[in-house]
Amino acid sequence: MAEVSLTINGKQVAVTKGTTVLNAARQAGFSIPTFCDDPELSKVGACRMCVVEIPGMRNLPASCVTEAMDGMEVYTDSPAVVEARKTILELLLANHPLDCLTCGKNGECLLQDYCYQYGVGETIFTGERHTYDTEAENPFIVRDMNKCIVCGKCVRACAEIQGKNIVDFAYRGFDTKVTPAMDVPLSESECVFCGNCVAVCPTGALQEKVLRARARTWEVEKVKTTCPYCGTGCNFELNVKDGQVVGVTSCNGDVNGRALCVKGRFGYGFIHHPDRLTKPLIKKDGEFKEASWDEAIGLVADNLSRIKKDHGSGALAVLSSARCTNEENYLLQKLTRAVFGTNNIDHCARL
Amino acid sequence: MTNGIDEISGADFILAIGTNTTESHPIIGLQVKKALRKGAALAVADPRKTEVASLAQHHLQLKSGSDIALLNGLANVIINEDLYDREFVSGRTENFEALKESVAQYTPEYVQGITGVSAGVIREVARGYAGAKNGTILYTMGLTQHICGTHNVLAVANLAMLCGHIGKESSGVNPLRGQNNVQGACDMGALPNVFTGYQGVALDEARAKFAKAWDVAALAGEPGLTVGEMMDIAGKGVRGMYIMGENPVLSDPDGGHVVHALESLDFLVVQDIFLTETAALADVVLPAASFAEKDGTFTNSERRVQRVRKAVEPIGDAKADWEIIAGISTAMGYPMGYCSAEEIFDEIAALTPSYAGISYARLEEGGLQWPCPAPDHPGTTYLHKDKFVRGLGKFSPVEYIPPAEEPDQDYPLVLSTGRRHFHYHTGTMTQRTGALEEFYGEEYLEVNQNDAAKLDICDGDKVKVTSRRGSVKVQARVGDVVPEGMVFTSFHFPAVAINKLTNAQRDPVAKIPELKVCAVKVEKD
Ligand code: SF4
Ligand code: SF4
Ligand code: SF4
Repeated sequence: MAEVSLTINGKQVAVTKGTTVLNAARQAGFSIPTFCDDPELSKVGACRMCVVEIPGMRNLPASCVTEAMDGMEVYTDSPAVVEARKTILELLLANHPLDCLTCGKNGECLLQDYCYQYGVGETIFTGERHTYDTEAENPFIVRDMNKCIVCGKCVRACAEIQGKNIVDFAYRGFDTKVTPAMDVPLSESECVFCGNCVAVCPTGALQEKVLRARARTWEVEKVKTTCPYCGTGCNFELNVKDGQVVGVTSCNGDVNGRALCVKGRFGYGFIHHPDRLTKPLIKKDGEFKEASWDEAIGLVADNLSRIKKDHGSGALAVLSSARCTNEENYLLQKLTRAVFGTNNIDHCARL
Repeated sequence: MTNGIDEISGADFILAIGTNTTESHPIIGLQVKKALRKGAALAVADPRKTEVASLAQHHLQLKSGSDIALLNGLANVIINEDLYDREFVSGRTENFEALKESVAQYTPEYVQGITGVSAGVIREVARGYAGAKNGTILYTMGLTQHICGTHNVLAVANLAMLCGHIGKESSGVNPLRGQNNVQGACDMGALPNVFTGYQGVALDEARAKFAKAWDVAALAGEPGLTVGEMMDIAGKGVRGMYIMGENPVLSDPDGGHVVHALESLDFLVVQDIFLTETAALADVVLPAASFAEKDGTFTNSERRVQRVRKAVEPIGDAKADWEIIAGISTAMGYPMGYCSAEEIFDEIAALTPSYAGISYARLEEGGLQWPCPAPDHPGTTYLHKDKFVRGLGKFSPVEYIPPAEEPDQDYPLVLSTGRRHFHYHTGTMTQRTGALEEFYGEEYLEVNQNDAAKLDICDGDKVKVTSRRGSVKVQARVGDVVPEGMVFTSFHFPAVAINKLTNAQRDPVAKIPELKVCAVKVEKD
């Protein structure tokens, strides 16, 4: 493929033709802040955080929508660039509730990160602020549009990843708001609560309801695993705090990328449900009594051995599980064939 | 699946039969949507107006259970109009003449009479599929849960081979698996006739290999009982059962019969994470760890083996299923001393050629699609590239037969069952999440507005649905999602135990029960 050669902050860089200045800079090891850019979503150049200085070009172009050209000279951190980014952050802060202390995204928020990086703590701009009510009437997602920086990632994720077009920009100017058609809550729209919009939101505007209420972002340990529901096999990260699964977040899954469905993302509550069985149970006179493992296993082994002895191997039958792991299915058919002595093993694949 | 999931987005014609992909397999549904955005055509064969049907160019609202007629009709057009892939048919298949002869009578007009799909649409879909560069067929239980389920699948394979839409990237026959590890359970030999990797129990060398590895004198060569057969002879031929992580009382057809069967056993042990309707019938219940509490692997629909990782300790005294199985084995005099799931996986890989190259170390880098015969093999994204497992692909002519139970005067409606977006299987997990059941808390029965008018049923009315085997009460949702003459609900809600009604009549080959069609009557409660 054709290559172009340019200099970024004085460093000579060669990239494939068609690469954006943003990606060229990142490949060369320079970081550029962005709010609205996402590798999986279409490019809009809306937030302007990624501006760079390119001598000969008018204004400061947004690097995410500027193509790298042969001989181009790019500065990613010049005084003009830094000034422009600070102004953007100050404008955003002027209309952002500064309640980081209680925000569930504290520690995982790009607005916070960039304000820290550029030393923007206060804002010289004063003016109108949004006073939207927080939308929390569905059990999955909390929407606080006061924290929205109108980057539009959720709009594109819903349209381009989920293929749903549930949320879009409504109203104009200062009143611009991301919302379902007719400004109804998500639960009154056709939203399927995949949460794929939440996964891309750079701020606290969209949050997983339970997860963000139960753990600060830095308190969780993340364990990558595979979804226990349908046969698609999506990967995600279980978020663990104090030995409890408190939520699910996207990771880069082999099959699903960051996309999940409502069951995978919000269906983990059964793990710590009070109905979980915690002790072996033995039925006596029609009622279950808690028992020790030794007692229960002993009883099972005795009964199965007795039936095999009295009625032959064929009198035993086993149902394995399309929900359990490969290792467990393997072991159960081994037990059935090698120990029970029968091929009477099946599972509900047909259902 | 013969293809990988991401290959679906590369198809330019998708034929989805009996799969409400966007609801039952939402992330696979995203690939279908992606293909559509790239300009692919989609034809959906489903009696219901499902979400995915609403995205399709052609929605073939066929009569329940008439799939073979439709598939043969498509083959008829493709052969008659000379649209088939001659090179593929002559080079890679056999028995074409027999297929040609058998589909000759399935003219579009004849098929219209059986399926209710217009002859013109049948022609258009046949031309679209045959003319596509990459044609993909997706199907799920909507196709297999019929007395003719096996034949349905053969009819699909016939169509794909006819057009050469198999053995290529983005071209193939893709059954979408309902449960996370159905593929793995089959691969691991949790079936009555095969060991791991589909090595037949009837084969002497397979038995000898496993007997040696497992250090036993001999292994039975007679295939065992399927789940339906176990239930049929429970209490008679079968005296003791061990059920791990399944809930046949709700998931199997004719639920009343299943309860009776399990109650008549001498001894029943059930191992699960909740006290399910099935566990409640057990003599001993063993508490198992959930997926979050153990290590292991699942194999998804596209044959991708992926890691499951322990994130938290088992709840209470619960134990991983593999530890429990090993404990029982040891107590029965056959010690199983595994220390980790990985140790078991290594044993699987050593005995299973298609898994031989897979190890936990490799899975750290990402999932691997079997066949993966060696540690340096990259895995296989799509199957049947240069040849079929048996060499030439054989066309198997199949004939349409009507469902086992058709509506009549006493039971005038067809009941079909399936899944909902917000729930899963028998609801054991999704009814206990603190979120899903809160949002979608009650099941309903879809009724066509014309039937509703005749039966004097309004939206939201409580109705009683009755088949020859049982009845349930449920709220009606009146509309046009189902066609006239059909009602539909899911099996996710224990309160609406719909499988009390369904028909346990099974396909004679694969033994899949006909869950998708049974005759019922609906009355206002
Ligand atoms: S949850 Fe999913 S469907 Fe709903 S708005 Fe977000 S991306 Fe769209
Ligand atoms: S809700 Fe989040 S993702 Fe959507 S526009 Fe606002 S800040 Fe961006
Ligand atoms: S996240 Fe949804 S689509 Fe993905 S495996 Fe889980 S249930 Fe299936």
